[in-house]
Amino acid sequence: MPPIATRVPPMAAGVVPCSRAMDLAFSPEHTAFRDEVRAFIANSLPPHLRVKAEVDAHFEHHEVMEWHRILYQKGWAAPHWPVAQGGPGLDATSRFILADELELANTPALSPFGLVMVGPAIIQFGTPEQQHRFLPKINAGEEVWCQGYSEPNAGSDLASLKTSAEDDGTHFIVNGQKTWTTYAQYADWIFCLVRTDAKGKKQSGITFLLVDLKSAGVTVKPFLTIGGTLAFSETWFDNVRVPKDNVVGEIGAGWTVAKALLGHERTQIAAVGTSARALRRCKRIAQRTRHGDGTLIDDPVFRGKLARLEIRHRSLQMANWRALAGAQLGHAPGPESSILKIRGAELVQQIYEFAMELMGHDALAWFPEPGVVIDLEESVASLFCYLRATTIYGGSNEIQRNIIAKHILGLG
Amino acid sequence: MNFALTDDQRMLVDAASSFTRKQSPVARMRKLREDPVGWSPEVWRQMGELGWLGLPFPESVGGIGGTFVDLALVLEQLGTTMVPEPIVPSLVAGIAILAAGNDAQHRAHLTAMVEGRGSLALAWAESDGRYDPARVQTRAEPAGRGWRITGHKRFVLDGHAAAQLVVSAQTGEGLALFVVDREAPGVTVQPVRTLDGRRAAMIDFDVEVAADRRLGGDGLAALQHALDVGAAAACAEGVGLMRAMLAMTTEYLRTREQFGVKIGSFQVLQHRAVDMFIETELAYSTSIAAAIRIDGDDLAERTAAVTAAKVQLAESGRYVSQQAIQLHGGIGITDEHDVGLYFKRMVALNASFGDAEHHVARFAARPGFLAGT
Repeated sequence: MPPIATRVPPMAAGVVPCSRAMDLAFSPEHTAFRDEVRAFIANSLPPHLRVKAEVDAHFEHHEVMEWHRILYQKGWAAPHWPVAQGGPGLDATSRFILADELELANTPALSPFGLVMVGPAIIQFGTPEQQHRFLPKINAGEEVWCQGYSEPNAGSDLASLKTSAEDDGTHFIVNGQKTWTTYAQYADWIFCLVRTDAKGKKQSGITFLLVDLKSAGVTVKPFLTIGGTLAFSETWFDNVRVPKDNVVGEIGAGWTVAKALLGHERTQIAAVGTSARALRRCKRIAQRTRHGDGTLIDDPVFRGKLARLEIRHRSLQMANWRALAGAQLGHAPGPESSILKIRGAELVQQIYEFAMELMGHDALAWFPEPGVVIDLEESVASLFCYLRATTIYGGSNEIQRNIIAKHILGLG
Repeated sequence: MNFALTDDQRMLVDAASSFTRKQSPVARMRKLREDPVGWSPEVWRQMGELGWLGLPFPESVGGIGGTFVDLALVLEQLGTTMVPEPIVPSLVAGIAILAAGNDAQHRAHLTAMVEGRGSLALAWAESDGRYDPARVQTRAEPAGRGWRITGHKRFVLDGHAAAQLVVSAQTGEGLALFVVDREAPGVTVQPVRTLDGRRAAMIDFDVEVAADRRLGGDGLAALQHALDVGAAAACAEGVGLMRAMLAMTTEYLRTREQFGVKIGSFQVLQHRAVDMFIETELAYSTSIAAAIRIDGDDLAERTAAVTAAKVQLAESGRYVSQQAIQLHGGIGITDEHDVGLYFKRMVALNASFGDAEHHVARFAARPGFLAGT
């Protein structure tokens, strides 16, 4: 075995020399931008949404779209799109700050399926006609999208999907079933991975196809989540005719399109703003829950647990800032960015688990009327349950670990 | 915001990395476990000539006038092979002198250390204080034109070999720091072996020192600052340990065969290795943040960053070092394999300069804790 030191990288990978000393502060320009975002939220979030934001209540679809249109008017609905396609031309750090502040204020989270997924796919792989047809309406929130990737028998093993698209001249005839098609019940369009060729390797023969949900033969059935709210749906395709013009990229190259989406900037994926907000909520609960002669915040055991969670949050935030500083310099995502999804998803679950512990008996209540549990905290149990999804969606944490094992650690 | 290394920092890192490969592989540390001193005065002198010992000290005492970040980057590299020279014990004592001493005291007590001609040690821990630097029974009373110091200090890191000791003691006016020669009459040093193959000392003081051996200023604040520097230094070294353990372990998973296949093909082992990788990245992230805050002048931010980093070191270090042994299997339990040496060094770092519980309590007691996040 060679000496260990020869196998230890001399420094963190992805670090490039420069002439500036290390620094944790945001630049004056970025700090001013943060102030601008805060002021915008304070002035622009309608009162009926603010009331819900303050108690972390569930936003209905029409409320999300209302906020989408407000952000669009400001030019901030699609912050990472190129200016030529309607993006605002913000740099990586400003984009992070915008997302962070929106999370901290708990404004309605915009649906990612148009803005973050199919939009960038069309920008990278679409024809000029597709870009002209779809992008403005995605940006403006005039058309809502959902994702047709998973199937009942193709979850983590996505490439084994079976929904078929049969060649019928100018059209494909689509048959099959997609699941976890989040918000399909509200969507106008779905982007699908469909099988156009059943021969050869299972990753080939997959095509990225845009389907109008108003097409004949499409059926959508929503699921109630364990959080008691509607999010996921199942979507069936029964001889649905889809024009071939709706293929993004080459026929048979859908896997490449889907994989490219995973390689995009991931500096927002840790959702440190959401976790910060959840920690503030824990402090609020602990300070208002009576315990002996004081409140729970005075109890060293609870306070220590809270501190440990906050320290985990800081650690993740620092890893996030490292990734962000790299992105700001235009570097490809380094190894630190691959950990953000895993730990970000776990952390928000741990914080809400702690919130439930702080609530004590109040944790038992399910969508209570005002006055049953401590004020402002009616939604804790619902969110706690729903957030079990964070380690599953967007590629489960186990799949994320498989990817790191193979591509960073060279195991397999 | 910037985390990139400067050209000078890259050269420092390259030099330290080269030093670990060519001059101080793990085998050297392993051998020096049996040595009564445990490190080499010649290598110490060389470290002085390289400028490493003077990195965070001003040019007026022969230092480089660099940043703590510079030193942290060197310590991380030295951690990869557990270089045994007492940089961290000497550093914290030197920082205490720098924080509390006057110019004459800086020159008198820092120059020799910075040049590699002698080491320093910080004698602060006592039997009933755990990690609280304010709980001190040792007393200093005026005697003649100087002071008489009486008391007992425990686990003085490198206290068996240091030329001079910085000692905390209660005076009538609060806690003060004194510089005491280790070989002075009335200083009784009992060396003890520590689990990581190094040495510390239990020291009895019944000694008289001259008036100019008392460092001025706020002794407790200077001591707390020195201990924060020690905690941040432990974090930097600990990241080096973790990088080495991660590299050893993934190499083992790629080469060791069982059931006719490389054991790295087993998903349960892959995911453990990934979690080791994640923990190492988190520890590096907090460690570098703590180092940056040590260089800054915001005391509240420094406390938050250092305590968070030391807690993260404890959690990440425990996970990485325990899993490194587990994934090596039986060979990981033998003294002849290096992984156990790293494991024990990590335990020592976690028990030094405040353990996780101590720093969790400090983090939670900050005035800004309830308002922050």
